[in-house]
Parts: sequence; C-alpha cells; structure tokens
Amino acid sequence: MTRAGWIRLALIAGALALLEAACRFGFISRDSVIPPTVMVQGAWQALRSNETRGDLLLTLQTVGVALVLSLAAGAAVGALLHQAPRLRRVLDPLLASYYAVPTFVFYPLFIVLFGLNRWPLVAIGFLFAVVAVAINTLDGLSRIPRAYLRTAAVMRLSPPQMLLHVILPAAAPWFFTGVKFAVAYSFIGVIAGEFVVSGAGVGHAIAFAYNSFDNRMMYGLIVLLFVLVGGINTVLWSWERRLYVRLAGR
Amino acid sequence: MSVSPDADPAAAAERIERRDHGPLLDTMLLIVGLIVLWQAGSMLLGRDALPSPAATVEKLAAIMGDQDFPAHAWETARAFVTALVIALCSGLAIGLALGSNRLSGEVAEPLLVGLYAIPKITLYPVILLLFGLGISAKIAFGVIHGVIPVIVFTMNAVRNIRSVYFRAARTMRLSLMQTAFTIVVPAAMPEIISGFRVGFALTLLGTLIGEMFASQRGIGYMLVRAMETNDTLTVMALAFLLVVLATAASTALLALDRRLHKRAMPS
Repeated sequence: MTRAGWIRLALIAGALALLEAACRFGFISRDSVIPPTVMVQGAWQALRSNETRGDLLLTLQTVGVALVLSLAAGAAVGALLHQAPRLRRVLDPLLASYYAVPTFVFYPLFIVLFGLNRWPLVAIGFLFAVVAVAINTLDGLSRIPRAYLRTAAVMRLSPPQMLLHVILPAAAPWFFTGVKFAVAYSFIGVIAGEFVVSGAGVGHAIAFAYNSFDNRMMYGLIVLLFVLVGGINTVLWSWERRLYVRLAGR
Repeated sequence: MSVSPDADPAAAAERIERRDHGPLLDTMLLIVGLIVLWQAGSMLLGRDALPSPAATVEKLAAIMGDQDFPAHAWETARAFVTALVIALCSGLAIGLALGSNRLSGEVAEPLLVGLYAIPKITLYPVILLLFGLGISAKIAFGVIHGVIPVIVFTMNAVRNIRSVYFRAARTMRLSLMQTAFTIVVPAAMPEIISGFRVGFALTLLGTLIGEMFASQRGIGYMLVRAMETNDTLTVMALAFLLVVLATAASTALLALDRRLHKRAMPS
C-alpha cells in the first residue's frame, strides 16, 4: 500500500476512535449517535436476520435492473447522438443541466404508470443513471483520435471489426467513467425512492428503524449499505486504474 | 461510422459560424420538442396520470397566486441560499487546502469520491437526530450534498496549476493569502466554476429532499404533501417550477463556465 493509503487508513481509524470516545464519554448523546462498535454489532445483527437479507437482496436486484437498463440505453443514446451531431446540438443544453433537475419529483407519476411495485424505483434509478452513461459514451466516442479511424479505414476493417478492435477499446475509459457514475446514481435513485414511498428494501428498512427509534438497527443498516456501496466503488476504482495503466502502456 | 464534421477545416469553420446564430433556434427546437412530447404523453396516458402542459401551467399560476405560497417559497429560498453559501465557501477553502499539498490531495481524493457515491439520503435520520426538525436540518442536508463536488473540482484545479506560477509567486515573495487570491483562485477559476455548477444542482436537490422529510414548510413539503394525497396536478406544477428554475440557473452557470474555459484556453 502507498504512503497515502496508510495515512488514509490512519485517518479513518482516528476519526472512528474519536467518535467512539465521544459517544462513550457522553459528549454525544446516545439518542443521536451510537458508538461505531455498537453500529457494527447492529450491522452484524441485521445481516443475520432473514428480513434484512431479503431487503438487501431486493434493493440490489432493483439497482441491478436499473443499472443494466441505463447502461444499455445510455450507450445506445450516446452512440446515436454521436452519429447525429445536429440532434446532439439541440439536446446539449438538456444534457448539461439534466442533473439540476430533482428527478425524484416524478416518482408519483411512475407509480401511476407502473403501479405500486418495484418498477417505479427502477425507473428512478434508470433516469438518474442513464444520462451520465450517455454523456460519457458520447465523450468517449468523440475523443477517439482520428488517426485510429483512418488507420482502420486503410486496413479495410469491416464495421464489426472496427467496433471491436478500434472503437470499443479507444472509448472504454470514458465509458467506464459512465459505468462508475451509473452504479452510484442508480443506488442513490433506488434508495431515495425506497425512502419516500415504498414498503420494502434497505431504504425503507432504515426509515422504519428510524421511526421506531431503533438506533442500533438504523445505524447497522446504514453501515451495511455504506460498506456495500463503498466496496463496489473501490473495486470499480481499482479496475479503472488497471484499465488506464494498460491503455497507457500500449 | 461516419466521419465527424471536424475532419476538414472548412466544415469545422462552417459549423462554428452556424453555431453563432444557431443556439437560439436550437433552444426553441428543444423546448417545442419537449412540450410536444409532454402533450403527446398526456394524451396517451390520460390526464390523471400526466396532466397536460396547459393544465400544469394553469395550476402553477393558481398555486403561486395562493396566499400561502410566498411563505413556502421564502422558506425554501432561505434554506437553499444559506446551504449554497456554506457549501461553496467551505468547499472552496477545503479544496484549496487539499489541493495545495500533493500528499493531502492523494489521501483525500478516494475518500471524497467514496462519500460522493454513497446514497446520502440514508443519513437523513442522523441529520435529523443531530439538528432536529426545522431549517437547520434542511441546510445541513443541502450542504452535505453540495460540498463534495466543490471540494473535488477545486482540489483538482489547484493540483493542475502549472508549477511555474507557484515559482513566480515564491520569487515575488507573496504571502500565503496573496498567493491564494492572486494566483491560485484566478488560475483555477474555470474549474472552480464547473464545481460550483455541480454543487449548485446538488445543493438544491439536498435542500429539497431535506424539506420533504424534515419540515412543515417549503416547496419540498408542498411536494411531499401533494404526493401523499395523490394530487398529480400539484406535483407536476411544482416539478415544472423546479425544473424551470434549476435549468435556468444551470444554463446561466454553464454559459459562464464555457466563457471562462474559452478565455483560459489561449494562455
């Protein structure tokens, strides 16, 4: 591990120890924040209950569906806009200010459209993630060095060959940035939706624990969720690093 | 695969020229397109599911004419502006501090990116427990959403400043504060504005979410009340208002952003 990595670890450990001490010695009321060790116990307890595992699984499934849909649609829209510069210019302001719009306000509309099930949540996660994928795909495609395309033309690559050997590898880092955002955004969208109006999933479980003053459960679930999302994020980060190293090495 | 228009200089020049009088037309096309889509969707899904544009605007006018509305709007505006000022100032300060040291930036970046990616809405019970119901919880919620992108953008901007600038500052024996305000901030301005733009949008989002859960006043509260009573027309009217405001602010910031980036280019 690098020096920065060790310092980071020490920093996190120090912050947790400080919080632990502040809670144990009563500087922070137990009614608002519980010590981190108790949070971890809560997380373990939550993980052992079937109900919570079901909630986690449900949330993961919903996020997964939203993610797959947004990746497919985002890549398709990105490719389409790359082929149609006129359309791209018209849609440019929409893409640029898309994330200023609080998408979740359309949740009631999705409930009317899809009914009271998991699909409105999928729709929110999808809407949150799809534009990031489209923007990054578009970025990646328009930054492919022209020399690559010319070389491919000189070598008379067929369109599928060109896609496989030139376009996809060249645009991969940007698309991967899109994937990273899509993972984060679909989690945010789905869990926010579960908080607002839903009867199941981790978001709902946290809101429920809060409403029934079950701090141990609530913090336990929050810790579980953060570890899960943080873990996925770290994996994606290290993949991305390796991808860049490989591309730079060529 | 078509060759993009950048390929030959004549086409690029023509494109740039067209762009000069194009944007207005493009914006009009976009707006008309969206309205047509909205109207078509409304006809397809039925008025109850998706109210038509005309009905929404009419309802919005009625809501805005209501005597309660100014108080709600003022509450949201006050919370949002306070959150925005806190997020921008503290984000700028933290970003400058982290960016000026290589190691601290390296230590902080993955942490910040990790924080950015977690669903911060799950922290709402914690915020409520710490700040209680009311305007401070909303502000805190807006700040935790908006501050991170400002830090990250500022930090990266400071890191990418050419080292010649710093050497020049040292030669001129500028103090820390002088270096920060006469060299670092101007050099990093374009990226800082990009960060402000993202921070603006997320602070609005955070403030509204905070209002939906932690408040009895404000536009977020009106929204959640309408959601609970299944009042689609009110939801659409308020959503429309927010979309218009957010898009207008974002477009203005984007224009500023692009101008600064363009100005920064030749140097």
